[in-house]
Amino acid sequence: MQSDRLTRYAWMAVGPLALFLVWYAVHLAGLVTPKLLPSPVRTLQSVWTNAISGGLGPDFLRTLWRTLQAFGIAAAFGVPIGIVIGANEKLYRSIEFLIDFFRSTPATAMFPLFMIIFGLGDFSKIAVAAFAAWLVVLFNVAYGVMNARQTRILAAKVMGASRARIFKDVMFYECLPQTFVGLRTAVSLALVVIVVAEMFIGSDDGLGKRIIDSQITFDLPQLYGTILVSGILGYGLNLIFLGLEKWLVHWSGRA
Amino acid sequence: MTLAQRTPAEEAPAGASYPDLRWFPPGTHITVRGLKKAFDGNPVYVGFDIDLPKGKIVSVFGPNGCGKSTFINMVAGLLPIDAGQILFEGKTIAETRIGYVFQNYREALFPWLRAIDNIHYPLRLMGIGKAERERRIEELVAGFDLKFDLHRYPYQMSGGQQQTVSIMRSLVIEPEVLFLDEPFSALDYEMTLIMRDQLQKVLVARGVTTVLVSHDLEEAVYLADKVLMLTRRPSRIADYMDVDLPRPRDPSTLTDPRFIDLKARTLEVFQNAVRAS
Ligand SMILES: Nc1ncnc2c1ncn2[C@@H]1O[C@H](COP(=O)(O)OP(=O)(O)OP(=O)(O)O)[C@@H](O)[C@H]1O
Ligand SMILES: [Mg+2]
Repeated sequence: MQSDRLTRYAWMAVGPLALFLVWYAVHLAGLVTPKLLPSPVRTLQSVWTNAISGGLGPDFLRTLWRTLQAFGIAAAFGVPIGIVIGANEKLYRSIEFLIDFFRSTPATAMFPLFMIIFGLGDFSKIAVAAFAAWLVVLFNVAYGVMNARQTRILAAKVMGASRARIFKDVMFYECLPQTFVGLRTAVSLALVVIVVAEMFIGSDDGLGKRIIDSQITFDLPQLYGTILVSGILGYGLNLIFLGLEKWLVHWSGRA
Repeated sequence: MTLAQRTPAEEAPAGASYPDLRWFPPGTHITVRGLKKAFDGNPVYVGFDIDLPKGKIVSVFGPNGCGKSTFINMVAGLLPIDAGQILFEGKTIAETRIGYVFQNYREALFPWLRAIDNIHYPLRLMGIGKAERERRIEELVAGFDLKFDLHRYPYQMSGGQQQTVSIMRSLVIEPEVLFLDEPFSALDYEMTLIMRDQLQKVLVARGVTTVLVSHDLEEAVYLADKVLMLTRRPSRIADYMDVDLPRPRDPSTLTDPRFIDLKARTLEVFQNAVRAS
């Protein structure tokens, strides 16, 4: 059991290590000019020094905080509205096209509009991200509600559950797996939009701002390093949501 | 119609649609009169009458798609009827406590609740306190010989165990009528045999009026006090046979000449019913 796990982790480490080695080899062999591809060691050093004294920590936290705010707004409005839409087939049919349309519209295309409405401050970045994430939550929750197992609803009905009880005791749990899919997708999307917004809607801090600054000053170790850190943030958020999902929706995929 | 409005046959109001049928023959629990149902203009029932006895097990058997599920779902109040009347000793379905066991136990149990909490759930809906709920469940469990832990989640159980939990959930409220739509058809044969005997034991002990749909003729006869055989749609009664084999029946019943004879007769009725259309 224990050794099984260890072998699994060992295998999981193979890919990243290989990438690191290839990167290092390419750098040593001089296949790409060091100006464009600094050594991985140099990149990690830059992450380290930036984290200690270069303000990487606060930037990381700013981006995280903005993402969570956008996500929070999306979830707070997406879940209840999604339930209402999903429970009402005619309502869903009538706005299905709008949801699909705006879900397919690049969120970045909305930047200027949101800047006009909400100004250049922090809130306009959060609002764009929240809007994009909201649609994802909404869609998934509504879908989950619509695809609730009819048998379970009938079972509750036969047992004498009122409409309100069916909603609270059955519908809510029935759509929880799909809701989590929506929340997980939404948090990733919110991060993407926030980072892009930090780059292009004037910002004083955040990982997006740091990436753009590194490009302007041509500080490639810092550029690569910040990309790496953004990846860690996105991956970490996803991991946390997967963990939450496994814990809260333990029956997902098994029933 | 409320209890007070129950009218014995002698005083049946003039102009009642079925003067030749007594409203409540003794020992009858469920009376179905003039039942009509069509789907998109295709009739399934065109004036169907039947009496189902109290405290007995009735199996419903018939060709595929003849309307067996439609029948028990209408009687159980899950499906609206186009016309007719269904009464339970004069009461409506809303006034009657019923249990329903679905064929698809996987989609009928609540996977977010442990098996034991699934069984608690209908009692909770009735607003019964914890101590009383536990007392009732303990009593129920005593009637089943369970060889598994009720503190697991449904998805951690075998199909037979899940369907046992479903049956327990439907019985815990002490229903007046129990409906089962092909409850064992998703189980393997060995499990089916065990479940039949389990079900027979509990139902006979409790004396609950039961309507069981089965697509297995042997099972239909084995469990039943009466077998209701339906024709192809629009469904009519092909036969409504008494099964007066002694209880408890056990696997040796399957080789009893009377059982074999009954099964042969039902099979003949079935074949005639299928051929007739
Ligand atoms: N919701 C529905 N809409 C349209 N037609 C339906 C519906 N439900 C049932 N039917 C039709 O009514 C007929 C009776 O269906 P029902 O499910 O009651 O049959 P059944 O005897 O239970 O069949 P099976 O042996 O397959 O379980 C079938 O021909 C079916 O196609
Ligand atoms: Mg059926």
